Amino acid sequence: MKKVIVLLLLAAFGYYLAATFFYIDFGISHFTNGVRDYYLAHTVNGLSVANTVTSIVVSFRGFDTLGEVTVLFLAASALGSILYKRRHKYEERVVLFPSSRIVQAGSKLLFPAIILLGVYVFIHGHLSPGGGFQGGTIIATGFLLMLLAYQDYHVSHNILSIVESMAGILFVTFGLLGFIGGGTFLENFLPVGELGDLFSGGVVPIIYILVGFKVGAELTGVIYTVLNEKDI
Amino acid sequence: MDNSLQYLEIGFYGSAIILILVGLYGALMKKSLIKIVIGLSIIDAGLHLLMISIGYIKNGTAPIFSGEDFVVAGNMVDPVVQALVLTAIVIGFGVTAVALSLVIRLYRHHGTLKIDEIKNLKW
Repeated sequence: MKKVIVLLLLAAFGYYLAATFFYIDFGISHFTNGVRDYYLAHTVNGLSVANTVTSIVVSFRGFDTLGEVTVLFLAASALGSILYKRRHKYEERVVLFPSSRIVQAGSKLLFPAIILLGVYVFIHGHLSPGGGFQGGTIIATGFLLMLLAYQDYHVSHNILSIVESMAGILFVTFGLLGFIGGGTFLENFLPVGELGDLFSGGVVPIIYILVGFKVGAELTGVIYTVLNEKDI
Repeated sequence: MDNSLQYLEIGFYGSAIILILVGLYGALMKKSLIKIVIGLSIIDAGLHLLMISIGYIKNGTAPIFSGEDFVVAGNMVDPVVQALVLTAIVIGFGVTAVALSLVIRLYRHHGTLKIDEIKNLKW
């Protein structure tokens, strides 16, 4: 009975959703002479950032990104406080079966390469697809690989929180430095350079590198907290 | 509107709506708390696909100025929805992490993951 009601509800919901969205024309620009064209034009001319998504996330909607990073921090700390246990010393994690020697040797080999890829992705966030969030996630997957391969591998929570809070404070500081010369919060105050260079875009790559450090530290902390969960 | 574009429209919008419906079904009908959280993340994935496909432009390129001759801005897909989806993915991660930690706490307290066996939730 409940199943029938739910299926009817889903059918009605799906019908109206489909009717609404198939009414919107597909494959044409909906916002001509609007915000899309403004962003595309000012990304190249005013800011000289190659990746438009990066310039929107960091520069045009930078305040939004500050809120987003804050929400991520809030989620990480809420997870830590919900799963809080008094822990005196680090013990070995409980695993179903230990990882084999091949996995251990291979992950030791892959770990620096993964970290390097993550750093590359967030340093080149203003030139190529990628950016701080993606690079930070790649770095966290590197730590996840090490934590899965070695049962006695430990990440220091103190270092993670220092990296995280320093990145957050520097983000706000670079935002406040935008007030120099009568600008606004997160205004670009550095010279923008040439389109396509590594050192271009003024303050955009700096802020995205900080976001990368912050996201990497936060996700590593989340993974570490959840992996240390035991008492089945 | 030519034929291939129409197939593309049906493919994108249709699969996004199907993902949303599958996720809603899982969140409404499943008994296990883990499966409910998985259903919520499937709804997330469907919403992201829906937003991205609204921003699609026929024969459009990625909104990145690259190459020797920098690509003209005229036929780039909408970057605004892509930036919004980037935000939405991060928020979705946060929601999933907090929901899973609450599931762990519930399991620790009640010793089960079935919502119909947790009596305190009845109303």
